Amino acid sequence: MSAIVQTLVDGTKKILNPGRVCATTGLSVCRTAQQFIKLNAVSAVVFLLIGGVAALLLALTRWQTVHLLNAEWFYRIVTLHGLNMLIFWILFMEVAILYFCCTTPLNSKLFSKKVAWVSFGMMLTGALMVDYIILQGQADVMMTSYLPLLAHPLFYLGIILVAVGTLIGVFNFFATLYIAKRDKTYEGSVPLVTFGATAAAIIAVVTLLHGAIVMIPTFTYSMGWTPQPDPMWYRLIWWGLGHQSQQVNVCAMVSVWYFLASVTTGARPLNEAVCRTAFVLYVLFINLASAHHLLVDPGIGATWKIWNTSYAMYLAVLASMIHGFTVPASVEVAMREKGYVRGLFGWLTSAPWGNPGFSGFFLSLVIFGFGGGITGVTLGTQQINIIAHNTLRIPGHFHVTVVGGTTLSFMALAFYVIPLIFEKDFIWRKAARLQPYLFGIGIVMLAVGMSFAGSMGVPRRSWDIDVAGVYGPAAHLMLGFVGVGGIIAFVGLLLFVLLCVGTLFFGKSTKGRAMTDWGVAKAPAGVAVTRLEEHDLSATKGTFAMVLIFLACFAVYYFANWKALADVWPVR
Amino acid sequence: MNDETEKKPALQRLMDNTWLLLALGVIVPFLSYTVWGWIELSLLKPALLP
Repeated sequence: MSAIVQTLVDGTKKILNPGRVCATTGLSVCRTAQQFIKLNAVSAVVFLLIGGVAALLLALTRWQTVHLLNAEWFYRIVTLHGLNMLIFWILFMEVAILYFCCTTPLNSKLFSKKVAWVSFGMMLTGALMVDYIILQGQADVMMTSYLPLLAHPLFYLGIILVAVGTLIGVFNFFATLYIAKRDKTYEGSVPLVTFGATAAAIIAVVTLLHGAIVMIPTFTYSMGWTPQPDPMWYRLIWWGLGHQSQQVNVCAMVSVWYFLASVTTGARPLNEAVCRTAFVLYVLFINLASAHHLLVDPGIGATWKIWNTSYAMYLAVLASMIHGFTVPASVEVAMREKGYVRGLFGWLTSAPWGNPGFSGFFLSLVIFGFGGGITGVTLGTQQINIIAHNTLRIPGHFHVTVVGGTTLSFMALAFYVIPLIFEKDFIWRKAARLQPYLFGIGIVMLAVGMSFAGSMGVPRRSWDIDVAGVYGPAAHLMLGFVGVGGIIAFVGLLLFVLLCVGTLFFGKSTKGRAMTDWGVAKAPAGVAVTRLEEHDLSATKGTFAMVLIFLACFAVYYFANWKALADVWPVR
Repeated sequence: MNDETEKKPALQRLMDNTWLLLALGVIVPFLSYTVWGWIELSLLKPALLP
């Protein structure tokens, strides 16, 4: 419980971090940062629950057999779901992650408590304003709020407050990096987890600047002070906010993967320089993916579209493939070093699947990489996009990236954050071990249903498809998958919320002792841990086999889509 | 210390320089996506109604 003290060359002592020492990890935890990690994380879970209830209502409406909501409430709940899940849950959680990554790994204190309060206050006020005005029925414009649709001014003001509040939180992160370097609280380069968080923060700056550029004139228009912004300009700049905010997630999620791989299996990055280079590729190129949303817009030329969604953006895809290889490969090396060397996948079957931190992160990696990666690159191809745009295939894609990937990895992180930061051991530990599977299976089922229904032409954001009279039983079956998958995923989400809230109130305190182990990978009795030599290719042969499976799946899906395009637009 | 800094590869120096990364991370997407797209839209001529 003591402060971290550094003895300087002249013999004087300097308090670096007026915090506590974690009894589990031995790392210092800044108390101010801890307070705001708690506040932001709790707020994030509340908004997750609101968005989750909305998700269930939507799934039960798109399931045509149930068709729960009427048209008015469907579009209202679509708006509520999108903003709470894609913006509020994610941004609050990311600020919590940023505050952790700039303090504990660097042995530093948070730059400013006042700045953290301003950031949190603005974000919370803004988010509550937005939810209130949506439920009042004065902002049925969906998350994108495309002009000329117009919402109540408080809707735009709320989003501006959330964006600026987050930007202030990101400033607090960068300022903490500055004082940590100035005070020499660490030596050499920042740890990889902090580097990944820095990449996320840089992308957040670009994202939130776009948010300010597009939302301020839209707010002044809604007040009647200025003319209406051009709708095409609005779409261009809005996607600089809407898609890029999800790229912040990708960076934060990858950092979480590296962290959880390390704490659950003892994995260490295969090659730090390569991993960091992949993050740099994200910083430079991943934001260009926003152009995917404008691929069928007539106002912008093909050169801009192809450059931004193909040539330049593929450098960010390369970065994802690097992380997608190095994270499981580092787990494989760590497991083989512990003696799990049987066959191609003995290391994987022996992994600590009962640890929700591991199962959550690994499922997130597979769902994001296989489901999200393959569909994302395919749908982002300009020619193929013409048969997928505005169909349910698009939400099918982003539910495996943002939900199956990011949300599941953040949930997995919570199984360590709550014992380490809130100092409480989880209640209902058996249920906690099941939670990642329940949520993961539900989301995959939902996304598969959406993707196949979309492939049959079922549109996204449509209250009723039966009026068209063109969709047969197969499309309805897939919408049934969406409904059932949505129910399973919601049960997983509800269980997660109950576990978190129940633990905060009824969990056993871990103050002064290590958290109760979830079960990490250990060497079997009588087997000595050996360190594998660098460049030992056999150490990652299982991961390489998975890469080949991935490549085969990608090739089949990608070329099947070209065939589908040829079928609707035959060349004779 | 200065010698050590000078010996670092360029990519390593970039990765250790948060502020340069921040500047590049803002400039590249703004030029490639936002400014270029904005220019294309501003050059559009108004459509003629039939």
